[in-house]
Amino acid sequence: MIYFDNAATSFHKPDSVAEAVYNAIKNMGNSGRGAHKASLESGRVIYATRELLAELFNVRDCSRIAFTANSTESLNAAIKGLLHSGDHVITTVLEHNSVLRPLYEMEAKGAELSIIQCNALGNIKIEDIEDKIKHNTKMVVCTHGSNLTGNLLNIERIGALCRKHNILFVVDASQTAGVFPIDVDRQNIDVLCFTGHKGLLGPQGTGGIYVREGINISPLKSGGSGILTYMKTQPASMPECLEAGTLNVHGIAGLHAGVSYILEHGIDYIRKKEQELMRQFYEGVGGISNIKIYGDFSTIERAAIVSLNIGEYDSAMVCDQLAEDYDICTRGGGHCAPLMHQALGTVEQGAVRFSFSHFNTCDEVDMGIRAIRELSAHQ
Amino acid sequence: MREKVMRVVITFKNTSGAMAMEKFCKGKGVGGRLIPVPREITSGCGLAWSAEPGMKDDLIDMLKKCDIKYEHIYELEI
Repeated sequence: MIYFDNAATSFHKPDSVAEAVYNAIKNMGNSGRGAHKASLESGRVIYATRELLAELFNVRDCSRIAFTANSTESLNAAIKGLLHSGDHVITTVLEHNSVLRPLYEMEAKGAELSIIQCNALGNIKIEDIEDKIKHNTKMVVCTHGSNLTGNLLNIERIGALCRKHNILFVVDASQTAGVFPIDVDRQNIDVLCFTGHKGLLGPQGTGGIYVREGINISPLKSGGSGILTYMKTQPASMPECLEAGTLNVHGIAGLHAGVSYILEHGIDYIRKKEQELMRQFYEGVGGISNIKIYGDFSTIERAAIVSLNIGEYDSAMVCDQLAEDYDICTRGGGHCAPLMHQALGTVEQGAVRFSFSHFNTCDEVDMGIRAIRELSAHQ
Repeated sequence: MREKVMRVVITFKNTSGAMAMEKFCKGKGVGGRLIPVPREITSGCGLAWSAEPGMKDDLIDMLKKCDIKYEHIYELEI
């Protein structure tokens, strides 16, 4: 099997990730719920993982990072826990439903929503964000990289804009954490939402949220925290504020191993390899007649995603044939990014998304190119 | 691309329904497989069950006798 669906979840993980999960299941108790060996072991790996993530994202105080189940939970916490009726929020058409649906919910509750449009290549103009800012604008929330096209947003510039206007900046790093440099200080990120199971190479069911000091998010959930048992409300301090209930220590132990691997090898090495594979694929399929590729490939600084269509073929059926006849895993149809599909004119057809990992090989990419060439030739 | 052929395509309210269908059919030795929902039905993603066209009546009978909640049964060239 050739796996090119890494934008959905990374499939090839370092062996150390699986070993860490196994070890945690065999040896670890409930973090922060006792002082015995099993509980402390659990607490130690959770703390160590916070420290690694803080190193990766240049967070000074690792207690500002809370663990969640995924980016979706983190984004829901940020959007619903920071916005109120009457607040204005700005986002873009590049967003995934994990941003859009919570925003639509808040819009129904009285928040005001502005959505920045993109051009034919799927790029926005940052000036358009500034044009939308008004007296009640509280937040800009956007993705770092489109899960459909792979285009990046310049979060450093958007962060600077938000700082200039004293607006909260919430970043969805689902497609970029572990691969692209993220520095919450330099990029003026107030809230960073990330998942553990994609570029961070951890297990599914892991993720997190960084919240800048001084920002208080009303928690989505309340419950056990391991501290302040007799208080009637969820503790306000990070990370307990956003970590009600038992943490997924088994998964977090795997995430620890994934992030350790990334820090050991370096994100530059990982990104360069992914981008080389993406470029090889893009150039290999680019010359095939009747292939339409979406997104901006004028720069190599993009997530390792190539989304395409063959003529007018249903992308879901192309994807199915790649799986059945070539044993190649891709994603077809819509990609939970409805506004991006609207902007690209692919609502009906969807798109076949190839997304690469640094564990993929040039030979695998060649096989992917050959498959697309054959499928497009037999129409 | 392969030539289009006629298939019976069954859709479900959710992924659990599609998974239940696969488990049920595998258990009974009934042919067919899960496919992405073709765009002729909806562009909204999801899984459907695809089977030989001659099986439509048998599948309808089977579905009546079990708890699987399907949405629609189509005959489509896919």
